[in-house]
Amino acid sequence: MLRPTIGCEVHCELKTATKLFCGCKNEFGGEPNTHCCPICSGFPGTMPALNAKAVEYAVRAGLALGCNINRFSKWDRKNYFYPDLPKAWQTSQYDLPLCVGGAVEFEVNGEKKRVRLNRIHLEEDAGKLIHDGGESCVDYNRCGVPLIEIVTEPDMHSAEEVVAFLTELKSVLKYTGVSDVKMQEGSLRCDVNLSMAEDGAPLGTRTETKNLNSFRAVARSVAFEIRRQTEVLESGGIVEQETRRFDDNKGVGYAMRSKEDAHDYRYFPEPDIMPVTFTEADIQRIRSEIPELKGPRVKRYTEKLGLPPYDAQVLTADKAVSDLLDDVIALGCDAKKTSNFIMSEVLRLAKTDGSEDVELLIDAPRLAEIISMQAKGEINNLAAKQLLSAVWGTDASPRKRAEELNLLQSNDEGAIKAVFDKVLSDNPSQVADFLSGNDKLRGYFVGQVMRAAGGKANPKIVNELLDRLVKEHKK
Amino acid sequence: MKRSVDAEEVARLAKLSRLEFDGKQAEDMRGHLSKMLDYFDALDSVDVSDVPPTAHILSAVNVLREDVVEPSTSNAELLKNAPESRDGAYVVPRVVE
Amino acid sequence: MDVTDLSLGELKAALDSGKVSAVEATQAALNKIERNKNLNNYVTVCGTEALAAAFLADEKRAKGENGALLGVPIAVKDNISTEGIRTTCASKFLKDYVPPYDATVVKKLKDAGAVIVGKTNMDEFAMGSTDETSAFGAVHSAVDAERVPGGSSGGSANTVAAGEVPCALGSDTGGSIRQPASYCGVVGLKPTYSAVSRYGLIAFASSLDQIGTFTRTCDDAYALYRVICGKDKADATSSDIKNITQELNGDVRGKTIGIADEFTKNLDGGVGKRFNAAVDALKAQGAKIKSVSIKSFDTALAVYYVISSAEAASNLSRYDGVKYGARAEGYKDIAELYTKSRTEFFGDEVKRRIMIGNYVLSSGYYDAYYLKASRIRTLIAREYNAALCGCDALICPTAPTVAPKIGAQTDPALTYLSDIYTVPVNITGLPAVSVPFGTSDGLPVGVQIIGKAFDEAGILGIGKALEIAAGGNGNA
Repeated sequence: MLRPTIGCEVHCELKTATKLFCGCKNEFGGEPNTHCCPICSGFPGTMPALNAKAVEYAVRAGLALGCNINRFSKWDRKNYFYPDLPKAWQTSQYDLPLCVGGAVEFEVNGEKKRVRLNRIHLEEDAGKLIHDGGESCVDYNRCGVPLIEIVTEPDMHSAEEVVAFLTELKSVLKYTGVSDVKMQEGSLRCDVNLSMAEDGAPLGTRTETKNLNSFRAVARSVAFEIRRQTEVLESGGIVEQETRRFDDNKGVGYAMRSKEDAHDYRYFPEPDIMPVTFTEADIQRIRSEIPELKGPRVKRYTEKLGLPPYDAQVLTADKAVSDLLDDVIALGCDAKKTSNFIMSEVLRLAKTDGSEDVELLIDAPRLAEIISMQAKGEINNLAAKQLLSAVWGTDASPRKRAEELNLLQSNDEGAIKAVFDKVLSDNPSQVADFLSGNDKLRGYFVGQVMRAAGGKANPKIVNELLDRLVKEHKK
Repeated sequence: MKRSVDAEEVARLAKLSRLEFDGKQAEDMRGHLSKMLDYFDALDSVDVSDVPPTAHILSAVNVLREDVVEPSTSNAELLKNAPESRDGAYVVPRVVE
Repeated sequence: MDVTDLSLGELKAALDSGKVSAVEATQAALNKIERNKNLNNYVTVCGTEALAAAFLADEKRAKGENGALLGVPIAVKDNISTEGIRTTCASKFLKDYVPPYDATVVKKLKDAGAVIVGKTNMDEFAMGSTDETSAFGAVHSAVDAERVPGGSSGGSANTVAAGEVPCALGSDTGGSIRQPASYCGVVGLKPTYSAVSRYGLIAFASSLDQIGTFTRTCDDAYALYRVICGKDKADATSSDIKNITQELNGDVRGKTIGIADEFTKNLDGGVGKRFNAAVDALKAQGAKIKSVSIKSFDTALAVYYVISSAEAASNLSRYDGVKYGARAEGYKDIAELYTKSRTEFFGDEVKRRIMIGNYVLSSGYYDAYYLKASRIRTLIAREYNAALCGCDALICPTAPTVAPKIGAQTDPALTYLSDIYTVPVNITGLPAVSVPFGTSDGLPVGVQIIGKAFDEAGILGIGKALEIAAGGNGNA
């Protein structure tokens, strides 16, 4: 039976303040060619000045992924013509990348899986083409943004494995703090190399599908390419080695025709950049600057905070979520309550429209305020949920919003008693039923009181009133 | 090693170089490239199998820049040399992928 | 006194003493450039800007301020970027290109108060050794208008030789300063690779290119070198230059000067005579001559053409008709836009270099050519440095012949042979200077002195000794 073999090249933009070779801002978006200078626009006579932070970030990512750091590393020119590449070469690394080896480990369907890394190198991003009718507009804002390319060994065999690999890789990269890894903004992009062969036979001819920028597109393009190659092979054809694209809207892949001499990049050493060397001490220092990664956090959450292992996994899947949990707890909130609230409410808001990117539009102090208001009984669970939605993506104060939205619940026993008494007199048969021992009606009364009180009555007090009613009836 | 250049090789290199040569020019280029390869035979006169290639003629390493933002160049200044531009971008015929 | 007859040092003294104003000196230079228009030394003369700068220089001096080149007219090769002044590399491709920034050397010249009078003609993209590949027409030698000034910095050499300006900047990738200096009878210094920032120099072959000077004397060369040298943050390959304050020492007593047997094998009669006379003159002044050997000398030309063409093919790929420069008409897609623009606007010599560069880098040939050349480069550098270990400097002719006639050389591959003495110096990164030492059949002959890395003062000191000797021994 034909079995797919898959390897990935993952491009991840580093979140340095400036570009790789010039002082222009490394910032997503902006009007075309406004984060540009003669250097990143490829003007004659300009020369690159290598960004120290980018080198450090690339090494940090490598260390977090278990790579070996080359003690001597240099840059090379990868020559090809394309309008998004103003120098007509991409400054990259050919034979002496910063990092070699390493691995990503994760679980698929409960089974442990390990994907080996071949290398990580530091290179520059290209610009963007905006197609407009019969023309393309060229924008170099992204040109020169530092990028690490992570190359795996061909260790994967299904779309599911590729997505699980990318999910874990993305998580690790975010933990290291070297990238925002926002797939929607293109700061994480994936090229997939795929070939088919009979089990045990040598690898088949591979194709490379470039520039996939969502997990969904990766999964769909892998499925598409497996199907396509299988059909080709089973009908006696041969798979062409080619570069392909995947149209996520149409759900189909197609061969690119623009990179006809893509296989002769004429690499040679970049004469304008001096090599980089590392001592043991340099590497130790960079290692010491890696923030607490996922593994140690899961351990801390289960052992110190007593959270269930599943919860610990969910809460650490994204560094920003885990950071939020830690910060809210540090502000004095209960760990369990906080983790439950984040898992049930915050993540619901943070992961809309099926995106892989978690977007937290609330900060720790305000989330802590909502959770402590709930803990103190100032708002009930439903109100806490409403309040979170109300302040999400704004900088409003939760307490003020709660007042404005009339969410603060009443702890005024007298007022609640009046409503309670009215409910009792409106429902004589249910009262009789309840007093004859049907405790299931307790919820009914709480609900009725809440409704009558506009959701603001503290259910604790309603329950106490019911207890008292039963006690008095028994007398 | 003796190598010569044929018309097919000239065509291959022209394509890689994004240049075009008509018949006479292609033949002149073929002749020139062949002569250059004769010069390059001198490379075979020395055994350098144990000599490392010059990665860089200077010995300096770690010449790096601090990650500090500097002002970018104005869009108008960058585009004033462009043969064709619109709305702050360079314009080329539609690129088909 | 004709102010244009003055050397840089003399003019500076005259300016400082108030005998002449910067405006007068600049106007005199501009007048002479205009009179010599037929030499075709300049692609662009910037008279208005120059006179404005000269006026400011005079104002500064009146206020008691000074600078190493305050008010001194200077010419700059047209591959060195000048903000607001077109910089063409003598190519049709960049005929209207106006850089948005100044090269670091240009900033340094301006900071020192120099007055840039114009951008000099050259071989297209500095590829050539006769100045005949310029899209703006050939330069005619000031010595003999039927002859070439040499190249690729022919305009810069010739404007100094013609007495238009006392000094000029050029660039030297395989001899492009020293060879025209030799043909024109001026002093041409190629500093140590990295001694002068290349930021803003439009690259031909980045690992070989170096900016240097044309002057009438060695002292002037050193004065100008001091202004332009030093570490530049924008050029990662630039070096900090120390011990720069020393005066040139023209005393060669006790100095050891090496001559490799390989240098004198195929020497033209007239040039050979002048070279031997120079050696005798140094001996007479007390220098010791030592025989050394550079076994890899014969491979240097091949190494140079492999490496320089490879880098050039890459460096010149950015000229594609998209961001700046010319764009051809009648294209139907991006591939045609590239190919038509590059075919129409690059000259033949540039195309030859691009083709050979892509040949030696392309898959299947890289190891046999580029990698092998890169290994031999290491070997050549080792041999030159070893030879210099026992000597203060090496001496050889700058070029095997005197300046040829315009149009005389029809086989480009043969013209490459004129670089035989100069290219090894770029391969090794060492500093070298060509100093005029009389003439052969009335045409100037230069002698090349090659020094240890960063010993510009040493080689110019030896050059000064030759100047003294040539003073009384001008012609053969």
